[in-house]
Amino acid sequence: MTVAIVRFGGSNCDRDAARALAHLGIDADLVWYEDGLPEGTTGVLLPGGFSYGDYLRAGAMAARTPIMEEVREAVSEGVPLLGVCNGAQIGCESGLTPGIFTVNEGARFQCEPVFLRVENGETPWTRAYEEGEVIELPIAHGEGRFEATEEELATLEREGRILFRYCDREGRVTDEANPNGSAGNVAGVVGDSERVAVLMPHPERATLPDLGRTDGVGVLRGFAES
Amino acid sequence: MTAYTATVTVRLKSGVLDPEAETTRRALERLEFDLDALRAADVFEIDLEADSSDDAERRAREMAERLLANPTIHDYEIAVRERE
Repeated sequence: MTVAIVRFGGSNCDRDAARALAHLGIDADLVWYEDGLPEGTTGVLLPGGFSYGDYLRAGAMAARTPIMEEVREAVSEGVPLLGVCNGAQIGCESGLTPGIFTVNEGARFQCEPVFLRVENGETPWTRAYEEGEVIELPIAHGEGRFEATEEELATLEREGRILFRYCDREGRVTDEANPNGSAGNVAGVVGDSERVAVLMPHPERATLPDLGRTDGVGVLRGFAES
Repeated sequence: MTAYTATVTVRLKSGVLDPEAETTRRALERLEFDLDALRAADVFEIDLEADSSDDAERRAREMAERLLANPTIHDYEIAVRERE
């Protein structure tokens, strides 16, 4: 099991992700996007950061690099993929996951801990949690507002493909608890396959005990679960 | 082959929130300008050689479809003119 952490110019959460996965005993290698996906890759993590300086739209350029074609092929063969923050934006821009993450409602970069309600506890990325459980993860993004068409959103809800929604400490999904104006308070979704997941909050920043809360462990464990 | 400029204008679909435009509108109001609404758009001017205006437009459309616009939130329009 070797997870490829794909670095683009401007990625900056790649080493955090590597350290978090190592802590969980999950093999991972940092892979430069121009070098292509290594043979024997058994998972793909698209890390956070600001690939291509967020030019055009966050994630738009990285989503159209040749390595993403290899990622698409790997994913179609059942390799699990997790996109975090900029990696989530790349996942949506590449069409691996639905919708788009765009400019926060308040037009500000937001860096703060948020509460998330687990919407579906049956995916590889959320099996460590109970449905309805409230966890706390940090966010750090300027373009994290989830937008999807009404039909897409309805499909996601009907098919149980929403992983997390922003909520308050008690698990109430309210406008006040929505840090960026995301449609339906959505913070993370899965693609056509539950093995493909993206989320704006940072599980890798909530995994090492030395850094405080470790609510993100369950998400990263998805690589071992898939 | 003829030289053309294809201008691709990418706008948010009606109803999609634009926080940057909203912030700009408020800043204009702070400068005491009176306005009802403000919409922002991205304009890409693409110089290219093509067999015909239709060919130039077709290629610009493909660029918009594949990269410049995101269909979830954007509409786009294309105007092609011959370049001096």
